[in-house]
Amino acid sequence: MEATVTTANSEEKTWGGGNEPMGASYGKLMMWFFIVSDALTFSGFLATYGFSRFKFIETWPLADEVFTHFPFMHGVSAPMYYVALMTFILIFSSVTMVLAVDAGHQMKKNKVVLYMFLTIIGGLIFVGSQAWEWKNFIKGEYGAIETKGGSLLQFVDKEGHRVALADFATTLSDEREQLTRSKGKWFMSEPALPSYSVAEVQAGFKAHPELLIRTEVLTKAKQKTILSREESLARLSQAHYVVEGANLQRNEYGSKLFADFFFFITGFHGFHVFSGVILNIIVFFNVLVGTYEKRKSYEMVEKVGLYWHFVDLVWVFVFTVFYLV
Amino acid sequence: MSHEHVSNIGRIWKVFGILSAVTIVEVYLGILKPDFLFMNDFLSMNLLNWIFYALTVFKAYYIVWAFMHMEGEKSTLKSAVVFPVIFLILYILFILLTEGDYIYGVFKNSTIKWNF
Repeated sequence: MEATVTTANSEEKTWGGGNEPMGASYGKLMMWFFIVSDALTFSGFLATYGFSRFKFIETWPLADEVFTHFPFMHGVSAPMYYVALMTFILIFSSVTMVLAVDAGHQMKKNKVVLYMFLTIIGGLIFVGSQAWEWKNFIKGEYGAIETKGGSLLQFVDKEGHRVALADFATTLSDEREQLTRSKGKWFMSEPALPSYSVAEVQAGFKAHPELLIRTEVLTKAKQKTILSREESLARLSQAHYVVEGANLQRNEYGSKLFADFFFFITGFHGFHVFSGVILNIIVFFNVLVGTYEKRKSYEMVEKVGLYWHFVDLVWVFVFTVFYLV
Repeated sequence: MSHEHVSNIGRIWKVFGILSAVTIVEVYLGILKPDFLFMNDFLSMNLLNWIFYALTVFKAYYIVWAFMHMEGEKSTLKSAVVFPVIFLILYILFILLTEGDYIYGVFKNSTIKWNF
């Protein structure tokens, strides 16, 4: 107990130990310095994202076109609303956390219990929303073609609206069968084949004269370049892969690094939220059984509170960097 | 010092209001993308993005100062936490973004194509 709450204030014995030069207990101070180091880790990641984005500034995907889903609204393009909602959920759980800390200062156990509970629920909803966002990102919506040179081609109609592969690709009879263990040796398998082969996409594109190809390159108006029909056919002849959704190798949204950074940075943040929820649950049960009531100090609530606010703080930056800018 | 244990509930809700309002403004601007902000650059970044970063730092200030209660800590703790973070981040951003822009130029001007 003594180790977690120090109260000595012997000003004259500065180097004698037992005092608090910064006016905060050992545990709280160390939580602050952990947060400093974690903040530097996250800024390293976000700065690296910025590095890669400046490197490929002319071909980087537009966030508005990637994150367009909202629950129960199928086929409606609703950029930003969902992440805005997630941001509100996290800010609100930060508010309930700070209310719990505030109630702890006044030694009101029941209020601490209530607000800690709400914070945990908010954190769980956020992690769940993150999972849904990942699901949509991984699944993809339209599909795209990667050329031999590694650039990505997407399909649009005359008005510039995106067209999904499923809407025009033909089905050819010489379709390849997925290699599985039951059809070969026990060690033989391959990654899931895309729904359409390159030849099927090319044949379907030729059969639909109204379709055009959109490249990754941004125009002066900060939109993706749409090629003419002749250029489109020429580009499509170099097709190499059918890309559906996103994984760590390639994604249908554009630059390969985009998906890598998305998975890594939001994943690392989501892991922080998850560990924050676990810490909150531990402290929640300690509050319930009256550990801090006996200790006559709710400082542990304050410490997990610091961590929880830090997670919110990081999300504020991730939100800006991935969705707004 | 935060040891007076006065209730801060009024301030907490006020800060929540500020953070929500700023987020709503950000989302509104992000959906609207006004041309005079979106098309004009300052230091290789358009004005809209500068506004987004300014608002983000503004929100970060409120989270750290009000929610993490940095405003109640001693100035030594404030400085020890805030200054290393600010200066190291500015440093790494300067180095990496300048380098990224340089590599962009190398890809653009060289005879070897990256993705084609």
